[in-house]
Amino acid sequence: MKNPDVVLIGFGWTGAIMAERLTAAGLNVLAIERGGWRDTPNNFATTFDQDELRYMWRHRLFENVAHDTLTFRNNTSQVALPMRRLGSFLPGTGVGGAGVHWNGQVWRFLPSDFKALSHNRERYGQAAIGDMTIADYPVSYDDLEKHYDTFEYLCGVSGKAGNLNGAIQPGGNPFEGPRSREYPNPPLDMTYGPMLFAKAAQEAGYHPFVHPAANMSRAYTNPLGVQMGECTYCGFCEKFGCGNYSKASPQATILPVLMRRPNFKLITHCEVTRIELDSTRKRATGVTYVDDKGKERFQPAELVMLTAYILHNVRLLLLSGIGAPYDPQSGTGVIGKNYAYQITSSVNVFYDDKITNPFIGAGALGMIIDDFNGDNFDHSGLGFIGGGYIGVVNTGARPIETHPVPKGVPAWGAEWKKAVARNYLRMVSIATHGAVMSHRGNYLDLDPTYKDAFGRPLLRMTFDYTDNEHRMSDYLTDRATDVAKRMGARDVSPKKRTGAYSIVPYQTTHNTGGAMMGDDPRTSAVNRYLQSWDVSNLFVTGSAVYPQNAGYNPTGTLAALAYWSADAVVNRYLKAPGPLI
Amino acid sequence: MPPSDFTRRNVLATGTAGLALAQAVKADTYQSDPKLPPAETDRPAAADPLHGYVFFSTAEASFIEAALARLIPKDELGPGAVEAGVAVFIDRQLAGPYGQGDHFYLKGPFPKSEPTQGWQAPKPAEVYRQAIPAVERYAKDSAGASFAQLSPEKQDTVLKALESGDAKLKGGVEAKTFFALLLQNTMEGFFSDPLYGGNRDMAGWKLIGFPGARYNNRPYVLRHGERYPLPPVAIGGRPDWSRS
Repeated sequence: MKNPDVVLIGFGWTGAIMAERLTAAGLNVLAIERGGWRDTPNNFATTFDQDELRYMWRHRLFENVAHDTLTFRNNTSQVALPMRRLGSFLPGTGVGGAGVHWNGQVWRFLPSDFKALSHNRERYGQAAIGDMTIADYPVSYDDLEKHYDTFEYLCGVSGKAGNLNGAIQPGGNPFEGPRSREYPNPPLDMTYGPMLFAKAAQEAGYHPFVHPAANMSRAYTNPLGVQMGECTYCGFCEKFGCGNYSKASPQATILPVLMRRPNFKLITHCEVTRIELDSTRKRATGVTYVDDKGKERFQPAELVMLTAYILHNVRLLLLSGIGAPYDPQSGTGVIGKNYAYQITSSVNVFYDDKITNPFIGAGALGMIIDDFNGDNFDHSGLGFIGGGYIGVVNTGARPIETHPVPKGVPAWGAEWKKAVARNYLRMVSIATHGAVMSHRGNYLDLDPTYKDAFGRPLLRMTFDYTDNEHRMSDYLTDRATDVAKRMGARDVSPKKRTGAYSIVPYQTTHNTGGAMMGDDPRTSAVNRYLQSWDVSNLFVTGSAVYPQNAGYNPTGTLAALAYWSADAVVNRYLKAPGPLI
Repeated sequence: MPPSDFTRRNVLATGTAGLALAQAVKADTYQSDPKLPPAETDRPAAADPLHGYVFFSTAEASFIEAALARLIPKDELGPGAVEAGVAVFIDRQLAGPYGQGDHFYLKGPFPKSEPTQGWQAPKPAEVYRQAIPAVERYAKDSAGASFAQLSPEKQDTVLKALESGDAKLKGGVEAKTFFALLLQNTMEGFFSDPLYGGNRDMAGWKLIGFPGARYNNRPYVLRHGERYPLPPVAIGGRPDWSRS
């Protein structure tokens, strides 16, 4: 390959999507990945993949914080300290990124989620917004519909449509935005726990439906011609690779085609440390990376795509001096602004008379209600905006992580042992998965003290839940508890998310924001095509561009945005390189 | 139970293990190759099967075994943590890359922290090395004997004081940090694949009914309410597969 037209920084989901689209358009694409090559037979083989210790607890597929981490504090009155081991979220490193060890939960945001500011202001008044810094997305659900569809067909999502071109479908999610066609695969077979939840939710007047899953309910060949196999419900999806070609990942859906294209090249174990600009600082000339020998190299490019994980995308913008860093005091600046996350809680249900075999699972195998997500319910008088889904997702109760006991049982000793032996096979865990809105004090910047292995400042995260999130999450937990009490169990143990956000327990790898998209260069980092306002040959993908989070897992939307952006590059940018707006 | 006097090969063993485990990282280029790129199959390495301890000293092992016997006791339900090999598991983990903090960010400074900021301690091996003598001292000061010599009730009292943080340990490591690590490592040793030295005879999995590294659960997805009919299996198979 001669000099590449495009350099991709990071090679996970959005890197693979961009590479596939741009090579198909005839561009020469080089992806630079700081981790190593990983493929299904060598790295996720079914002969050794089901190993909870190695993958979950020893981070075989995750980012290694010894090399590079972030610092964290709840607010500016604290001194941020390094996240010295992974906990709350689990980013990936290596080919495929976190797209290797995700669950395969593929959601679309609600149409109203894209209008979080104007919709809520109109319905509940400016007072309901308070000092939140939420904004409308500069794209609509309708803009993204065909790109959601592209990603769902790429991944072979198993599910049931709830809204086909405006007609509500039985068995699907009646609250979802209209889809142009049915999911590519029928729903997965459902285990007992989610069905017990769905029955009780239905009796309570809610609208249970099957969770859309990038876990194959049958053998499938995707539009690129890549074949996938039927899921075996082994229960090792999240935090693991799939050895059975049953969970969509870049490896299982795109790479077999992409790697054969002569205009694509990947280099691994090379880490981009800076995006280089010309003297006008309006044009990227390429990237500087450190190779495996520790040597700095410069890679020229016509077009640079920041396709790493959100936290790295934001940090590279800051380290490269692109865009004005956000200042929480004045509220000015854009890079690092509107960092958001997810707020989760659970209600554990324990039976005497029902064996639920919770270890039988798949990453997105579950039953959900969306009655309390987004603005699907009237928030008047509730004191919060936003919401989340509630449901039972049987990802597989791997026992180091998942061995719940009823409230009041000690965490060890003879009583614990009795309780865990009695309850493991007889439990159902209801999860709530709530949105986090954007707030002035929640942001990302560079840490003044701590450095990574290359001596660069770590990213600093300043984040806490606000009253809005706590009220919303408590409300969801109460609704989940109502359903749990109808399930006919011996014990119902709700676990609310109380107090300050902690970086310790695993919650979700759904970090968002910091390079938000918008219509105004003064208040956003990228335009509606994910193009940097400051550097027109730089595009930023991933959940970094979300103005705020929604009550759903972010992958479906960030993948749709990557396809939307790739379309704009191919159909508009290439014809007239420069600002698209 | 492994003999706890078979120790002190630790310094050398740990040092060489650390070197051998530091894998060479090599940049690779992949372009239009119809074959899979060359890769090493990423198989796990089994724990050193030798009996005895590599990391723990005799005194440390005495505390660990006594504590494990309280955290997950042997009773009518079956083996406890000690019988399931959890002490050996923790020992091998601490002697290996995990204990050396291969996935921990360990650069200073280490100022006072909030609980929400998580781990602000040295590498796990160092935490055990510092904490165990401090716990022993606390046991002597508060209950009059070394931990292993105390009655089970008094041992539980000491462990509860560590768990709640009421015990103030001398020497830097916080009681809660150490206890949380010990309990986490105990659960890991009791419920992880037997490959790593713990969960001996899949005792932890048998206790709760987890069938282990099963590849295909399709036939059982729709058998709602029925007990899963298969015994547990590990990555290395089942003991009865190789017994005559």
